[in-house]
Amino acid sequence: MERTALPRRLEWQLGRVVAVVDETPRVKSLVFDVPGWAGHTAGQHVDVRLTAEDGYQAERSYSLASPPEERQITLTIERLDDGEVSPYLTDVLQEGDQLELRGPIGGYFTWHLADGGPLLLVGGGSGIVPLMAMIRHRAAHTSTVPTRLLSSSRAFEEIIYRQELAQLAAIDTTLMVTQTLTRQQPPDWTGYRRRIDHAMLAEVAWPPSERPLAFVCGPTALVETVASALVELGHDPLCVKTERFGPTGGAA
Amino acid sequence: MTSDEQQLDGNAAGGILGQIFAFEMTTAEVICANCDTVGPIGATAVYATAMGTIVRCTSCGEALIRIAHGPQRYWVDFSGTQLLQLYATE
Repeated sequence: MERTALPRRLEWQLGRVVAVVDETPRVKSLVFDVPGWAGHTAGQHVDVRLTAEDGYQAERSYSLASPPEERQITLTIERLDDGEVSPYLTDVLQEGDQLELRGPIGGYFTWHLADGGPLLLVGGGSGIVPLMAMIRHRAAHTSTVPTRLLSSSRAFEEIIYRQELAQLAAIDTTLMVTQTLTRQQPPDWTGYRRRIDHAMLAEVAWPPSERPLAFVCGPTALVETVASALVELGHDPLCVKTERFGPTGGAA
Repeated sequence: MTSDEQQLDGNAAGGILGQIFAFEMTTAEVICANCDTVGPIGATAVYATAMGTIVRCTSCGEALIRIAHGPQRYWVDFSGTQLLQLYATE
């Protein structure tokens, strides 16, 4: 549907918070009702604008976590202790409050069912958010596009969407979820215990001959490591799309 | 986006570009005026500060697009762009 939409310029619009969900100790999901929302594609983001009483404005970009199938939109936000915007969103904003949003934005780091697969999704920390929109979009259509997710978090309790991912993977043999924990692991942890590297990608990623569509999102260092390792492993650089975000705590 | 030289992907310029242009700009293809590299804006490097947004060529570092935002106006400098191909749908 969004593919045939007439071009339009983006405008700031108001969204109202209808729910706040705790995801991890530092991460919350905010669900918004946005009247006149134009619809979106999995992987897109919105800009959020805060205006202080003196007129000072701060803008940040946040990925959409919700799939296009949901009428309300969800942003999943990691609290950065020295952040200008995220502490307000995670600590102050409450159900019923309004927020200025501009979006949906981006047609590059996006995935639509019709794009097919196989899919290789690699995320670090809150870099999983746009990848989750793709996984949810896929699940909403009970799609069997073969999908592998490799997600890196610092500790078990910091894995965003942990239960939902486990549940989806349990009922869907075409979805494989691999977690790595870089700093702290539970005593019985049998998964990876290090940052994502060349060797891990060689084990988890599809063979290049499968020509997967790869989406990599996370802190700059992780994105660069993963993107260059994938190309070294023989993946087509044109099939490796990246989205890096700024100093968001170096989640992975 | 809090430090001065924070590099992001071209996606990060999608918001401000989308406010100025009616087309989806992250899939628009840009040809660098300096080194002739071709690619979607989404795959470029973006440096965003409170002063403005600079879209750079990942091959040679040329400033493809510079945008500053002032009261009721935008300044857009395309001197580093040789050609821009905009897709009418998607």
